[in-house]
Amino acid sequence: MAGLATAFGSGAMTNPINDVFKSEAILVTGSNTTENHPIFANYIKEAIFRKGAKLIVVDPRKIDLVDYASIWLRPKPGTDVVWINGLMHIIIKEGLHAKEYIEERTEGFEELKACVEKYTPEYVSGLTGIPISDLMNAAIAFGKAEPASIMYAMGITQHITGTDNVKSLANLAMLCGNIGVEGGGVNPLRGQNNVQGACDLGALPNVLTGYQQVTDDEVRKRFERSWEVEHLPEAPGITVTEMFNAAEEGKVKAMYIMGENPMLSDPDLNHIEKCINSLEFLVVQDIFLTETAKHADVVFPGVSFAEKEGTFTNSERKVQRVRKAIQLEGEAREDYWIISELSKRMGFQMDYDGPGEIMEEICKVTPSYRGITYERIEKEGIPWPCPDESHPGTPVLHVGQFARGKGQFSAIDYKEPAELPDDEYPFLLSTGRVLEHFHTGTMTREGRGLNMLYPELLAEINQEDASNLGIGNGDVVHVASRRGDIEVKTTISERPDKGVIFVPFHFKESPVNVLTINAIDPIAKIPEYKVCAVRVEKVV
Amino acid sequence: MVDLIIDDKDVTVEVDTTILEAARSAGIDIPTLCYHERLSPIGSCRMCVVEIEGFPHPMTACTTPVTEGIKVTTNSERLVRMRKETLKLILVNHPLDCPVCDKGGECTLQDLVHDFELDSGGYQIEKVDWEPVYSTPLIRYWPDRCIMCLRCVTACREIKGLGAIDIGGSGFGARIAVVDKDKCESCGECINVCPTGALTENLSQLKGRPWMVERVMTTCTYCGCGCQLEINILDGKIIGITTKDDVGINKGSLCVKGRFGYEFIESEERLTRPLIKKDGKFHEASWNEALNLVAENFNTIKASHGADAIAGLSSARCTNEENYLMQKFMRAVIGTNNIDHCARL
Repeated sequence: MAGLATAFGSGAMTNPINDVFKSEAILVTGSNTTENHPIFANYIKEAIFRKGAKLIVVDPRKIDLVDYASIWLRPKPGTDVVWINGLMHIIIKEGLHAKEYIEERTEGFEELKACVEKYTPEYVSGLTGIPISDLMNAAIAFGKAEPASIMYAMGITQHITGTDNVKSLANLAMLCGNIGVEGGGVNPLRGQNNVQGACDLGALPNVLTGYQQVTDDEVRKRFERSWEVEHLPEAPGITVTEMFNAAEEGKVKAMYIMGENPMLSDPDLNHIEKCINSLEFLVVQDIFLTETAKHADVVFPGVSFAEKEGTFTNSERKVQRVRKAIQLEGEAREDYWIISELSKRMGFQMDYDGPGEIMEEICKVTPSYRGITYERIEKEGIPWPCPDESHPGTPVLHVGQFARGKGQFSAIDYKEPAELPDDEYPFLLSTGRVLEHFHTGTMTREGRGLNMLYPELLAEINQEDASNLGIGNGDVVHVASRRGDIEVKTTISERPDKGVIFVPFHFKESPVNVLTINAIDPIAKIPEYKVCAVRVEKVV
Repeated sequence: MVDLIIDDKDVTVEVDTTILEAARSAGIDIPTLCYHERLSPIGSCRMCVVEIEGFPHPMTACTTPVTEGIKVTTNSERLVRMRKETLKLILVNHPLDCPVCDKGGECTLQDLVHDFELDSGGYQIEKVDWEPVYSTPLIRYWPDRCIMCLRCVTACREIKGLGAIDIGGSGFGARIAVVDKDKCESCGECINVCPTGALTENLSQLKGRPWMVERVMTTCTYCGCGCQLEINILDGKIIGITTKDDVGINKGSLCVKGRFGYEFIESEERLTRPLIKKDGKFHEASWNEALNLVAENFNTIKASHGADAIAGLSSARCTNEENYLMQKFMRAVIGTNNIDHCARL
């Protein structure tokens, strides 16, 4: 998100998903779309079948979308900047870049051009392992398409160079004049139902709602008036990864965790556990007694999406209604009620007669949400920005002009991942998700349905590695990194490349984040889940 | 553009429009079973036959493109007779077990049989004992109810791009068969497009008749696609998830999580009371006790170590309103910007 904000002035999906029907080419990278955004994947497939769009997949794993692709590039994990610069090198050399668009709407092109000069097909092929002819084909297909769309997800961002990777994709899209046009865009597919909304509503340490900076005096003054408080803190806070480090250092004494399970989702779990144990006081608000909740001093029982009113904002920035379907027995309460009651007891009145009234307040303080009311989204959601109640919403961002004025090219050089395989830890570990389960599995591992289909964790390893290790399908392996070790059952699969093991993170019995490295992107603070070094041995 | 006449009405439509689409655009209803707006025309059921002046035999409106100047009749004694015959032939295989069928009450076949005033009287064939086959434990296939319209096969191929199912066997013995077990994702697209009760969800222990069920439209709780789905409630219990073809970006589709991942909501493991830990063990507490304890501790820590000694994590699973309130709480009540959530994970 930080990457797109730098390039365009706004970090969100630039285009709606049904725009792919207007794309001549679709580049999907770092997104296992069929499993993690299955309905978006439907659109991509329909765009191919019905509209003849060309799909370019760039992914170290042979994901299902590869079967639908015209071109598949398989870079070595962690080399994204290299292949993206490589494509731009070819596009510029072939004269396929959008010269007028670059001139009129962007800045920084000359620096970019100078930077990608050395990323010749030979050099790129050497670093990424992608054959030169495939690079040429992909660059020409992308460069000639009018327009081409880019979709990416955590495979791009979960690297220490995540922000660089995203900026590079933004470079590529601007280079071909694809931003601000229907069927184009750079589209980060958001992993969870309301990641977009949580960001929009200011659940971030540096911004209030609608990405209004906490460091801006005017912004804070407006919020101080609206919230009737004397003083709001002006220094940006710390991010989730920094919070745990601060807890270990004794700087953070208490945490209030609502609907999150860092004890399974965060990198280097042994370290996280130590940090959480260092806290003087931990409050967890959740619907289950999660691994994190077990460490709490007080647990507040919340309710699920089916038991509450409100809104979610999807990956396309569309604000949609959540409606209460069921009332269960017991004393679990809506999160808004819990927060309000706690607030009152700390001497701050929060009186809302329901989520509708909170939404009205959100609209008042958030320019991009101003025109969104429950009444207007009763039938269909509205994509922000929606500045007033007569505004239809904005499906495509940056039409005519970028949010920041001119699109910013960034000259970016390749940096290696924090920890690459070596003699001692010769395998590369990537983590991710499977279709049947969601995040830390607190929801999907309950009940029979999904667990009949995917009952136990399976680590993917390719045939050649399996033979070398002497393991067969279903054998258990011991996987160790410098930070910890787990045992996990394997499935022999053609998806991972040689030397790579892929382990989903949904299962608390074999928590793969015991192995992952707490190395983060310096700007976005996203951990490098996609690359770390491990040792794999057969359990006898 | 093409001009034509349907039931004495002048109609103008784009080239390559089918007669069925042209008729619907003019507000003229032609009965259909296999036709589905999201799918390529299948032309298997023959319910949509129409007469075209100058042609001796009726043609299927769903597969026949318009041509300049044609005169189409969508309703006549002959067409009614043909449609009744078609339905009778379908009923040869399809049992009238509507009283025990999940789809009873919202079944296209049931509606048509009712509209054409048919009873079970018709043709008889030797009864076939079908083997229940389907690739997933979550979806039940009822071969005797299947009218071989092929909507499911077409949807699996065209919407999901999978082609996990196809026709197996031939003649009266033909039924839907699994081509590739590993390809099926149990998304239930096939259930969604089935015009009869031949494909039903096989997870819920409780069954409800459509008219007894309350359906609440909401947004899915899983990924960022933001699919619109209906939670089906019977006597205060969730009995399944349905969708509407014209609502949301998913247009009736869902993935396996969206359609079948609802059991957690009513799980026995759900937290129902506030918990306070004493001597390493959780004890149930009242809201008042728990809230007061937290307020007290936050106040104490804030007073002795400053507001920045407290940090909050909000949630990408919670609503916009709740996220707003959480950051407001951290900023206005605690007094720190130490608020984040799992967007990075």
